[in-house]
Amino acid sequence: MFRGRAFGLLKSLHLMGSQPNLPHKLIHPALTSHVHHCQKRRNVDYRQSYNTGPTSAGGRTLNVPQNKVMAEQELPAVLILDIGGTQGVLENLVVLLKKHFRLVTMKEFLKNKKEMSKKIQSVFVFECRPTIDRELLESLPNLKVIANSGVGVDHLDLKMISSFGVKVTNTPQAVADSTADMGMALMLASARRLVEDTEHFAVDWLGVEVTRATLGIIGMGSIGYKVAQRAKAFEMKILYHNRNRRKMEEEQAVGAHYCEKMDDLLQQSDFVLLVVSLSPETRKLIGKRELGLMKPTATLINISRGAVIDQDALVEALQKKIIRAAALDVTYPEPLPRDHPLLKLNNIIITPHIGTATVQAIRMMAEEAITNMLAVLNGQPIPSEVVPK
Amino acid sequence: MEDQELPYVLIDCIEGKHGVYKDHLGFLKKRFCLITMKEYLENKEILSKKIRAIYMWYHKPVIDEELLRSLPNLKIVSSSGVGIDHLDLKLLSRFGVKVSNTPFAVSTDTADFGMALMLASARRLVEGYQMAVSPDTEYFPGNWLGVKVSGATLGIVGMGTIGYKVAQRAKAFEMKILYHNRNQRNKEEESAVGAVYCKKIDDLLQQSDFVMLAVNLTPQTHKLIGKRELELMKPTATLVNISRGLVVDQDALMEALQNKVIRAAALDVTYPEPLPRDHPLLKMKNVIITPHIGSATEDTRRIMMQDMAESIEAALAGLPVPNEVVL
Repeated sequence: MFRGRAFGLLKSLHLMGSQPNLPHKLIHPALTSHVHHCQKRRNVDYRQSYNTGPTSAGGRTLNVPQNKVMAEQELPAVLILDIGGTQGVLENLVVLLKKHFRLVTMKEFLKNKKEMSKKIQSVFVFECRPTIDRELLESLPNLKVIANSGVGVDHLDLKMISSFGVKVTNTPQAVADSTADMGMALMLASARRLVEDTEHFAVDWLGVEVTRATLGIIGMGSIGYKVAQRAKAFEMKILYHNRNRRKMEEEQAVGAHYCEKMDDLLQQSDFVLLVVSLSPETRKLIGKRELGLMKPTATLINISRGAVIDQDALVEALQKKIIRAAALDVTYPEPLPRDHPLLKLNNIIITPHIGTATVQAIRMMAEEAITNMLAVLNGQPIPSEVVPK
Repeated sequence: MEDQELPYVLIDCIEGKHGVYKDHLGFLKKRFCLITMKEYLENKEILSKKIRAIYMWYHKPVIDEELLRSLPNLKIVSSSGVGIDHLDLKLLSRFGVKVSNTPFAVSTDTADFGMALMLASARRLVEGYQMAVSPDTEYFPGNWLGVKVSGATLGIVGMGTIGYKVAQRAKAFEMKILYHNRNQRNKEEESAVGAVYCKKIDDLLQQSDFVMLAVNLTPQTHKLIGKRELELMKPTATLVNISRGLVVDQDALMEALQNKVIRAAALDVTYPEPLPRDHPLLKMKNVIITPHIGSATEDTRRIMMQDMAESIEAALAGLPVPNEVVL
């Protein structure tokens, strides 16, 4: 279940009409391209405003409130990029959304801006699409909430969105298990050389052990903690570095040791796993110096954001065998240009940002986003609002 | 000379694809005089009486009746790994030769690798990697999904040392664990990993999202998983094999994968190894095959080597043999 924030009174506000404070401007079509990638990482300064605790377990069905059966026209309108195809919202998620909302695709919106612009109260951002910029916000005077599918919101300009009085929500619960699983999958695949092409069945084709090795987790939020829980079953020694230290009970439950200085973690770990959110503080957190501190037998795993690593420094470190290997679910940009040196190395695994790409997680993310949107529109406590610092 | 005091041990060769590792030689040569197959064949008359043990590194040298007859003082065959399906135990027993393997050394790495294969298959890791690095990739499609591991149901067929270690790991992923075994484990062992016994393998097959094979190969487990068993599995299920290729009816598996009777397979073992290069299994996108690397880490291989040396020394001293395989 969601741990709602500590709201005192339920707001009794109903859905509001037009917001008189927003300027009415002429809107020219700003969005010509429907293919957006999560490459633009704006320099947003934000902090998640909710607590993430270790008690959330995956696999639960989130309670999506059941509305009375309403005619489609009466349902609040949600803007999405597209339905189906390789860039749009998945069809089975559209079914979920349509239970509570009237869906408006970007194409429909642009065709019929005059009528649609006032109706749209929320945007469902799926795989970073549609791009939210000032022009779009200006053209949606009644927009209340932008619900992001996924936990990372570094592709959203939180300050700008906030200045329009629009709330932003993400889906921290839905992503946690699947992303932690992906971290474990990458660590095991890299250590045991699962992906490499082999020409022969050579007896001396050897990898490194995972069981009883030392895992250093940088970023011990929900996802990092779930990785620790899994790694503990492999009898791994667990070190972690985090802005704040976790409670003693939480540490003991997974046998994790706090490293106040990240350098200590880097020097002792056989596997370094990055699970931070991207912020100005974590941009290029791992650079030449940090890679130099790591053991030459160590593996770097990234399930956070590409920009957390200085990619050029990583190329050099892998080429010179300063570290043994890397496994990245995220890069900058995604995908990498086809001539990028990282693609030519044989001691690297790259996956196409699939940390939450399971049938179940994608559905849970939509459900979590729907719950957030309805909460905002109904003036209720918002389960996972993201507030800029 | 020192060498004359050390017992003579036959090995296949040194280095190369199948040979004893160069960095293991130091340890071994302190204890034994190693004779390669080549050296033996060149000097049979003298060496055949001296050889008292065979150090069998990954099923080599091949042992047949002819070899056994020509080694009158052979006391023990020490085999690397846990599987002994490649050895004719009855034949060796007739010649009064003991056999040892290395069951505990391999158990942890093999359990780790079972988890690695399950996760890689569920999350389509190999396919994803190929997409990420392919020269043709322009963007990452949004409608590209795998299946969850956390919270799913894992059915372990064969709950020995390796199977149990898999269960310990899977528990941390909050998986529901079913198991099928010749004998039921005791209650404490079951509750420690939250495993539920399925007396009938059919029950396990019908309920599992992942079926993991961790049995040893015997006449009873030969083609344990065939067409009937595959059809009992869910169409969304994955088969993971870390036991032996022959535990699965490979033709039936191919057909099941082609007809989407099951979702996918991840195999560290096949029959033969390697598969012929034109084998259909190699072309399927929903199949991961690895080259029998369940125990392939430096540390484990070193421990295996040391265990084998220990078994040989015990046998030659007339002491109880650690890790002896008894008929």
